Amino acid sequence: MFEAVLLTVITAATPLLIAAIGELVVERSGVLNLGVEGMMIMGAVVGFAVANQTGSGSLGVVAAIGAGMAMSALFAFLVLVMVTNQVASGLALTILGLGLSGMIGEAFIGVPGLKLPELHIPFLSDLPFIGPVVFQQDALVYVAFALVAGVSYMLFRTRMGLVLRSVGDNHASAHALGYSVIKVRFLAILFGGACAGLAGAYMSLAYTPQWVENMTAGRGWIALALVVFASWLPWRVVAGAYLFGAVTVLTFHAQAQGFGIPSQFLSSLPYLATIVVLVLISANRRLTLVNTPACLGKPFVPDR
Amino acid sequence: MRIELVKRKEQSRAMLLLSPLIAVGLTLITAALLFIVTGKDPALGLYKFFIEPLTDTWSLQEIVVKATPLILIACGLSVCFLSNNWNIGAEGQFVFGAICGCFLPILFPEFANGATLPLMLLFGALGGAAWAFIPAILKTRFNTNEILTSLMLVYVAGLLLDYLVRGPWRDPGGFNFPESRIFSDAATLPAIGDGRMSLSAPIALIVVVVLAIVLARTMKGFEIRVMGESPRAGSFAGFSAKKLTLFAFAFAGAMAGLAGTMEVSGSLNQLLPSISPGYGFTAIIVAFLGRLNPVGILVAGFILALSYIGGEAVQASMGVSDKIASVIQGLLLFYVLACDTLILYQVRLSRARPAAIAGEAEHV
Repeated sequence: MFEAVLLTVITAATPLLIAAIGELVVERSGVLNLGVEGMMIMGAVVGFAVANQTGSGSLGVVAAIGAGMAMSALFAFLVLVMVTNQVASGLALTILGLGLSGMIGEAFIGVPGLKLPELHIPFLSDLPFIGPVVFQQDALVYVAFALVAGVSYMLFRTRMGLVLRSVGDNHASAHALGYSVIKVRFLAILFGGACAGLAGAYMSLAYTPQWVENMTAGRGWIALALVVFASWLPWRVVAGAYLFGAVTVLTFHAQAQGFGIPSQFLSSLPYLATIVVLVLISANRRLTLVNTPACLGKPFVPDR
Repeated sequence: MRIELVKRKEQSRAMLLLSPLIAVGLTLITAALLFIVTGKDPALGLYKFFIEPLTDTWSLQEIVVKATPLILIACGLSVCFLSNNWNIGAEGQFVFGAICGCFLPILFPEFANGATLPLMLLFGALGGAAWAFIPAILKTRFNTNEILTSLMLVYVAGLLLDYLVRGPWRDPGGFNFPESRIFSDAATLPAIGDGRMSLSAPIALIVVVVLAIVLARTMKGFEIRVMGESPRAGSFAGFSAKKLTLFAFAFAGAMAGLAGTMEVSGSLNQLLPSISPGYGFTAIIVAFLGRLNPVGILVAGFILALSYIGGEAVQASMGVSDKIASVIQGLLLFYVLACDTLILYQVRLSRARPAAIAGEAEHV
């Protein structure tokens, strides 16, 4: 029983983790991309469509990453080149993504999906309890952790990370030192788009292998909240994502048990939990002020 | 070749007027491409989407019906956006307002007299304001990001409505369909003309006029604009950012709640599990297309309402998904934002950057 619950928590947490770690990099570069939900749903539909047409889950995943990057490139052009309002542009991206995915997905409603295979790591996956939980997941679960480790290393142990953080904290100084603020931010936004697309593919190829309209159901927004929850530190995103995965799974189990609580109240728990967590974190000024990128959401026009 | 922005000495008056027109033009071009990609005749598609709905009275009335909630909500949102408060949860405030406005005719159907309708509208506005107050209080008390909290409450309000309509508020004589009882005449907003339009349209018009005067001519309007453009200057003038945040959210919520109640009372006549085709989100586009100005919002509301009707039209007559409306709405917001840049900046195409700067930047 406990093992089964833990397995579902992992699948519920993985899309949140992947999308949030991508957005964390974007925000560390000083850009707020509110379009995560739109990029994620595009990843979900394109991943499903390509996997369905080609019969290959890996091709689906690659296509989903491409779709997320294409959407984010659109956003990057607007906020970096045309210096538009980042909040409004992110919203536009989400509205566009929800509509476009609905159009593309119409042909795939009710079509049986393709589930990404689980990797069986030799010998280790035979271990009792630990085997199925740790060594018998689909590849993207491991990719998610690799992403967190990679991002954490990149941000705090490499020159590239230092440049990225300086661009996010003080773009004027970074520009004066000769770093291309626009280029750094463009790459960060593309990375965020790739992660959101991958998270979408996880939704439609592993979590629930089918296409349902609006199937991300606000997970893109929860991923945005997770970045705040993590106070922009990569490993804390893991804690947040698994916490939310646990809340989601608990509501499923509570619904199955009944308890006489209306299912709608249980379904609203993850959203209410997001609000509570955001309040708790943001009430702690010391925690947020230290790590919040100082230039987050501020437009940058290079003076020439 | 690269695109460079050069700041203008002052706002371009020509662009102030031209930029929404350019945005609409670019949207039309993209829409035509969209029809070509889906294998449809673009000329016919554009005609069915944008022109045909304007040619018969039925769809003209329908446009007014759809424009009314959009304009009301966008008027409220403009006050938020002008004062730098990012309320994107109007959809939830619309739904919660409708719930609060409609409990009278559902729970007390025998209370049907001249006071029913005014009370419903009052409760609707108060309910929407209360729902919007949550992110506002969290922002002012705990410094919580209002974008995320207001959005999360959209899902919560939607689930609450779903619970009520399927559970305690279900019509006892309704064969178990998830819908509330049908409102009595006393709880129905009076119709205008042959029935599609209701009193909600003139009410929205009054809001537009009043808001236009308040924003342009009163101290409150001045406060809203100053606090949006320069909170520091505003605080020297004695304005309180926190009080304004609470005010802006409450006003936007009240407008959304009013719109929700009028939509249910005037158009649907009963509560259903879903009462809005995304009005609260589309209103964000209306607010920006209308340049956060009440009169502009009035025009923009009709354009976005047309996109709903056009989407239904191309679905019915050409077999194109009605999701195309949502795609076109998203594109329109993109173009509006991009074109607004032209007001403050000149866009220049330049061949190459000076060699020295280019050389330094290569170290990255």
